[in-house]
Amino acid sequence: MAMRLRLDHVTADYQIGPVRSPRVLREVSMSLQPGTFTAVVGPTGAGKSSLLKVLNGLLLPQSGQAEIGDITIDGKSSKRLLKAVRKRVGLVFQFPESQLFAETVEQDISFGPLNFGAHPRNVHALAEKVIAQVGLDESILYRSPFSLSGGQKRRVAIAGVLALEPEVLALDEPTAGLDPTGKEELLSLLKQWNKQNGLTILMVTHDMESVARYADDVVVMEKGRAVFHDSMRKLFEDTERLEKWQLDVPDARRFQLEFEVRSGTRLPRVCLTEDELADALIEVGRV
Amino acid sequence: MNKLILGRYFPGDSLIHRLDPRAKLISGIAFIFISFLAKNSQGLFLLWLFTFFVMSTTRVGFRAFFRGVRPLIWLILFTVFLQILFTAGGTIYFNWGPIKISEYGLANALFIFSRFVTIIVVTTAVTLTTKPMELTDGLTFLMRPLRILRVPVDELSMMLSIALRFIPNLLDEMQRIMDAQKARGAVFGEGSLFHQMKALVPIFLPLFSSSLNRGEELANVMDVRGYRSELPRSSFRRLIWKIKDTVCMLVILLLIAAFAVLNLI
Ligand SMILES: Nc1ncnc2c1ncn2[C@@H]1O[C@H](COP(=O)(O)OP(=O)(O)OP(=O)(O)O)[C@@H](O)[C@H]1O
Ligand SMILES: [Mg+2]
Repeated sequence: MAMRLRLDHVTADYQIGPVRSPRVLREVSMSLQPGTFTAVVGPTGAGKSSLLKVLNGLLLPQSGQAEIGDITIDGKSSKRLLKAVRKRVGLVFQFPESQLFAETVEQDISFGPLNFGAHPRNVHALAEKVIAQVGLDESILYRSPFSLSGGQKRRVAIAGVLALEPEVLALDEPTAGLDPTGKEELLSLLKQWNKQNGLTILMVTHDMESVARYADDVVVMEKGRAVFHDSMRKLFEDTERLEKWQLDVPDARRFQLEFEVRSGTRLPRVCLTEDELADALIEVGRV
Repeated sequence: MNKLILGRYFPGDSLIHRLDPRAKLISGIAFIFISFLAKNSQGLFLLWLFTFFVMSTTRVGFRAFFRGVRPLIWLILFTVFLQILFTAGGTIYFNWGPIKISEYGLANALFIFSRFVTIIVVTTAVTLTTKPMELTDGLTFLMRPLRILRVPVDELSMMLSIALRFIPNLLDEMQRIMDAQKARGAVFGEGSLFHQMKALVPIFLPLFSSSLNRGEELANVMDVRGYRSELPRSSFRRLIWKIKDTVCMLVILLLIAAFAVLNLI
């Protein structure tokens, strides 16, 4: 039961009191295959967060439509339809720890499933399952979310969305403000859910290093348009356009480019990690 | 949330925008009293004339003002109908038990309606054209005499300006948390009253918690930067009284005089 996400010429803006904001999404069309790990990158204000909100039914297209599996949402979709969409696409906001409110972690995690009509008897097992999934100990379920550390809060908040058992998980800069270890751990958890459970992942990020290490595909947003949607390697091959979109490259790739200019030797392929770089250098006999 | 226009600043460069906040505050307060001076049809006409003059001078557009009146329209209509139905006197047009529609009732209703609407419009004009910070500065200045009564005027104004400063942040944050809970299946504004109240907990608890944190941080930062409430404060923004402010006060005086004359004849 693989579910496809499709955007068809989606244009959207925000209503601020009496006025409408300028377009934040312009004619965005894309199609996400089930089971992929897609990164969304682009400069600030490009509409990345807004894109996730459209997929979750929080921001309705002004024109065009979004297809979430067999549900189509457009500007006039009913609340019931939107709720069904939110069950399928779990959305983790930026700094999701600010949404924690309940007395215990378990109650907070149960909030979502209960809203979607899960039986109160089943939510305990569900809470145990997702707390283990985010790599936390079961005992944490009975503590107050406000007593946890920042990194723990972040994981609890993500567990609260995982508990909806969505088919697609959309995350807005999930690693912002985490220390390097916490960041690596979280990203490998995401990768693991993607690989083992077939969870489709869409992640907004500013960190090109994690794009290079974890993403299959990349969407580049610029001024409300999706200007690129292809495999991650294709993006990093295209030095010219990377520069045009002011996107960083991973350290290994930067080293490679610098090396190729200075030594005049071209490496056989695009290298994105230290290991790939080392292999390529050995191959051309420079190490 | 976004519909509330009272207490919002509307950027612009009209004559009223450039007036001193003190002049605007005094005029606004004076106008509330002036509106009670209108006692005959000429007075009513003058009241509306002045109100339209103020509205057009702000260059904000009439629609913004209607939006200011709208949230209060039921309260206004309620008072107006009470007046119409329960005031006796003059010619009676309709009589049914305690309910009478009389000449006096209709006249009274018209005056009350006009007072309500013109007061709202003129005070809205003041807040629409004055930056919140200017408004606080003006208020602080006008409250200065209260220092003699040991009212902590500077602390009050500091509290007021911090509160005003954080209202937009709070609204943004609330929107974000609401979206996040909606993504977890929460539905707002549906079901029984009890349900609706319960649905607010997941919004207001995180909001309170983050506001408290932010307040504590702000207090620490102010401490670290040497804020002492008992010392006299100087001000970065200076209020400067200009000729147009004096003119504004003269216009108000003229208006009072006009009403005095109208009520004598
Ligand atoms: N709630 C809102 N109300 C009005 N305008 C908004 C709102 N949220 C975002 N915008 C506007 O929409 C545009 C796109 O914002 P969005 O948050 O989607 O960008 P982004 O790519 O996620 O940026 P960042 O990298 O800074 O998170 C911006 O110009 C922003 O000002
Ligand atoms: Mg964003």
